[in-house]
Amino acid sequence: MIRIGMVGLGKMGLSHYSMVNAHPDVEVVAVCDSSAYLLGLLNRYTGVETFNDMSKMLAQSNLDAVIISTPSVLHAQMVKTALEAGVNVFCEKPFSLNPSTSRDLTELARSKKLVTQVGYHYRFVGAFKEVKRLLDSGAIGKVSHILAEAYGPVVLKPKGSTWRSKKSEGGGSLYDYAAHPIDLVNWYLGVPSEVRGTILGQVFSRETDDEVFSTMVWPDETTAQLSVSWSDPSQRKMSTKITVFGSNGRITADRQECQTFLTDATAAPEGYVEGWNVRYTTDLTDEVYFYVRGEEYSAQLDAFVKRIESGEIEGQNSFGSATGADEVLAMMVADANRDYAGIAAGPAPQVDRGLFRRRTKS
Amino acid sequence: MDRLLFGDNQFFGVNHMSEEKARAQSMKFQDLSAVIDVLDAAYDEGIHTFMCTTHDRVGEIVDYMRTKPERYAEQIFYPGMPYAHKYANAMTEDGMVGAIKRFLPDGGLLDAAFKGGMSVAKKDIEGITTLLIDAEMKMFQGLPTPVIFLQNVVVDLLLGLGFKDAFRIFAEHVRKKYNAEPGFISMNLPTLLKVLKEVGVENPVVCSNINKVGFRMSGGGVTAYEKALNEYEFQAIAMSVFASGAIPPREAIEWVCKLPNLKSIVFGASSRSNIHSTKVLVDEYWVG
Repeated sequence: MIRIGMVGLGKMGLSHYSMVNAHPDVEVVAVCDSSAYLLGLLNRYTGVETFNDMSKMLAQSNLDAVIISTPSVLHAQMVKTALEAGVNVFCEKPFSLNPSTSRDLTELARSKKLVTQVGYHYRFVGAFKEVKRLLDSGAIGKVSHILAEAYGPVVLKPKGSTWRSKKSEGGGSLYDYAAHPIDLVNWYLGVPSEVRGTILGQVFSRETDDEVFSTMVWPDETTAQLSVSWSDPSQRKMSTKITVFGSNGRITADRQECQTFLTDATAAPEGYVEGWNVRYTTDLTDEVYFYVRGEEYSAQLDAFVKRIESGEIEGQNSFGSATGADEVLAMMVADANRDYAGIAAGPAPQVDRGLFRRRTKS
Repeated sequence: MDRLLFGDNQFFGVNHMSEEKARAQSMKFQDLSAVIDVLDAAYDEGIHTFMCTTHDRVGEIVDYMRTKPERYAEQIFYPGMPYAHKYANAMTEDGMVGAIKRFLPDGGLLDAAFKGGMSVAKKDIEGITTLLIDAEMKMFQGLPTPVIFLQNVVVDLLLGLGFKDAFRIFAEHVRKKYNAEPGFISMNLPTLLKVLKEVGVENPVVCSNINKVGFRMSGGGVTAYEKALNEYEFQAIAMSVFASGAIPPREAIEWVCKLPNLKSIVFGASSRSNIHSTKVLVDEYWVG
């Protein structure tokens, strides 16, 4: 049995707790949170051991792994503490708010030969996995552009009282929402070399961003555009969509389906034909050991557990991979602050606007 | 319990196959009259049970039906609570405590409970739970609700956490206060049945995905679910029998109707013709 400790029991923490606790190879032996009431409740009704200090939990509970789902700004220090205590780490996304910290933590984990994973669950969604399979097979030829979108109804009014509304704690739609499509694009194309034209827009929030628009550029001139808003009242829940344009076709995928148009099906996987191909979630999704809110959440925890069991240090969403997303997030923050004034308000060309005289070159 | 129950996913833009279809349905059912037309079609086919969430719009439907008691003389409701997105979004905005407070009619009890810190009194939890249930049930006041469900997101979250007493608290309150059967929706049927038996919830109504291709049937797929149907004493309702359209209707219904000890099937449809064809298939294959 893998002995796991939970760190942080907010929305994500509780759902991870439920799913991993139901895993046949796992025992959640301890939980850590700042809410005494919640801890009392869990202890009383489930008997789990509770802590309000992670170091104490690490010292006393003989853990194999921790699952960290605290506000983003706390990730780095907690991950470091856990790695130094020699336990495997699953951390919610984004990994850390500073890419150089992310790189240091990746190195620390490697040197200690620990299994690490970050909660980019979209890589476990059948339809987005299918996109990867199609791209790896070269099905749509040379990729020229990706449109990566995510919309949802998180902030629909000016007031908000949790850490998610505070930039200083890693809140905002950039870290909360945009990190997901960015990570998918990184998976498909690698980390971009540059980002341009980033807008971190506000709809309701005062302290942080509600919208993110940006262009990512790769050395081979492949580009991707990101369009993200967590202030979209038309959505029922977060909806993420990827459209990939290639020289031999186009792929559009969301959580439910993967639609592919192929000019020529020669390079495509078996079963794909010229023209339109649609694969639904029912075909693309494997059964999971326990279901709470989407197969991908259970599947990512199952992958983490299996990697611990087999000692597989590198794997899907390990720290090295998640550091790529942190790098892009940091590039976008820097780009949003870049001074574009010279481009926008440059001196207008001198043109003689006389009615009958044409401007002559001198 | 009727053999066929009418569900409400289609009215709220829930479609497990396609986001485009989900949006088209949201548009189609924006007007209450479009929803009522479909419910009328189901009613006229003899499908008198509406298994619904506690979405605000269900409140509108219920209010409308109240105004026409003769038209809907046989209509009954199986409410399923809570409407989870309402809580999930509130949790993102206000945190867990804030979210619960927002939906409680009286914050006083909760404030007292939270001040208690580690010394959590059982009566507090039972009090909060039952208040939340009562708040959700308000919209159905005076109407028949012979079965009251706890939604799958909550059931499965609690199941995973090992918060087993919650099922007993829910069952007792629903039986005592509403004289109704406790219902549980779950994506993990075999695991849930074992726990319900353990905490003494007898002969519960349990609704889960049951379909020929094993779609979203966690905890062992078709084989384990057939075994559970044979071995546990419970009232089984099958949902997602068409696996979101992955199985042709005739094949789906023929297969599910042969299962042992199935009490009922819940399905959703957006048109009179689809309701009719499902009814005809069930009448054809569900013999005895």
